[in-house]
Amino acid sequence: MKCDRCDKQATFHITERVGEQEHWEERHLCENCARDYLSKPSEADIQSSLASALAQHLKIGQTAEELAKLDQQTCPMCGISFLEFRSHGRLGCPHDYLCFEPQLMPLIENIHGEKVHTGKRPRRIAKGLDQQTQLIRLRKEMQQAVQKEDYERASQLRDEIRELEGDA
Amino acid sequence: MIKLEELAGQCGEWLRGSGPDSDIVVSSRIRLARNLADFTFMRKCTGLDRASIERTLRERLGRIKQWNTVSFLDVNSLDEVDRQFLVERQLISRELADADGSRGVLVDANEQFSVMINEEDHLRIQVMNSGLDLMGAWERINRIDDMIEKHVTYAFHERLGYLTACPTNVGTGMRVSVMLHMPALVLTRHLERVFRSLQRISLAVRGLYGEGSQAMGDFYQISNQITLGKSEEELIAQVSEVAQTLIEYERKARNFLVENGLKELHDRVSRAYGLLCTAQTISSEETMALLSSVRMGVNLGLIQDVEIPTVNKLFIHTQPAHLQKISGTALSTADRNIERASYLQRHLGRQAHDESAENN
Ligand SMILES: [Zn+2]
Ligand SMILES: [Zn+2]
Repeated sequence: MKCDRCDKQATFHITERVGEQEHWEERHLCENCARDYLSKPSEADIQSSLASALAQHLKIGQTAEELAKLDQQTCPMCGISFLEFRSHGRLGCPHDYLCFEPQLMPLIENIHGEKVHTGKRPRRIAKGLDQQTQLIRLRKEMQQAVQKEDYERASQLRDEIRELEGDA
Repeated sequence: MIKLEELAGQCGEWLRGSGPDSDIVVSSRIRLARNLADFTFMRKCTGLDRASIERTLRERLGRIKQWNTVSFLDVNSLDEVDRQFLVERQLISRELADADGSRGVLVDANEQFSVMINEEDHLRIQVMNSGLDLMGAWERINRIDDMIEKHVTYAFHERLGYLTACPTNVGTGMRVSVMLHMPALVLTRHLERVFRSLQRISLAVRGLYGEGSQAMGDFYQISNQITLGKSEEELIAQVSEVAQTLIEYERKARNFLVENGLKELHDRVSRAYGLLCTAQTISSEETMALLSSVRMGVNLGLIQDVEIPTVNKLFIHTQPAHLQKISGTALSTADRNIERASYLQRHLGRQAHDESAENN
């Protein structure tokens, strides 16, 4: 068998899981290409699996019009659009997990094969996530208040932040 | 405050070459991704936000009393060699080194853990242990995570767990990695069996980088791909199990080499050792390849006059930024090759033994 990437004989047969649990991708590589392949940074690889999962997920059941609409959707906390996430693979803030939930959940399930966290939890989660992310907005407002030299408003906001943060 | 020059001379805890299966497993590493609840993720951070995250974390984590040996390094103000040095040392990631804006790393004096600030996530906590010791690494990083959590509020979702900038890390936010030295599997061309054994679970196999981007010195790293839906202990168990399988394969391959060609093997490692002791100029690639043979030779008892920690140390200390920190000057590639050869001679050759004899 010939190497996938050059004309040499393939001596390495690498099978890797991509995306969902049952989907396997095979690579047949010569020693040189295998070494090159294996030395690729893993994050880049994870990115490509993310990209393919995204593509796969978005192909299903959505018209171009619906897709365009989806892409326009933005997070009220950080301003990221779904399109921006889709093109860079990075979210803008914790709140995105809530506001893009319908789009993100199938994607997350696709990547991890699971959808519920079963591991460690912080000792003190005083407030729900929606309340936590209010902190982002409050902090922004506080910065703006300071810039406008409205120190009364700023200290008011500071108290609100402290209250939400609990005893941190 | 840690001085990088002092760090360059010493040797990280994870290189001491002890711990279970340390003839094959170099290190066990766990990394946790965490974000503060009250800031946007890095992608949506302004320069001001980045500075504020860094300041907040330095100030809050500075309150941890147990951390009196922990120093903060302002990565943004370091020059390129110093950043590269920290990458070679595995204290920071290449991404953190190459990024822009406020960012830094907290490092403990024994280099057993580091906390990167403003990498892809606000916090990247890392613990590295020598040998195959993932449970030890988990106990330590779990404690560190608890300590940090007393001073900050993490972004956490009841159902999705720890929230991360990239959905590939959501849940535990944990990446478990084991670095294995598998020269016999490479030599016997049985590496493909290794990959086949990884089919059962989703794991990534990666090489260790040298100066270029080629897998070097027959080091391979395995780590978990998924982070959600399994507990930390379950993820660790999975990676451990595969590591055990690989160790077994590598042991079998080493036995095969010993039983079916001891002379050739002995010849190979002796030549490698001889070259390293006598070369006048040597590239990073060649050094890694030869050190790999020597490392196997020492573990098989074919070379007696050098210890594993020394070999482990040489893998790191002969890399470009280390050579320059140790020699205290900027060096061109050609000069580095000369400096590398001389460094190897000082630590491996007859000279090294005379010196240690004098010290005794
Ligand atoms: Zn090829
Ligand atoms: Zn957002």
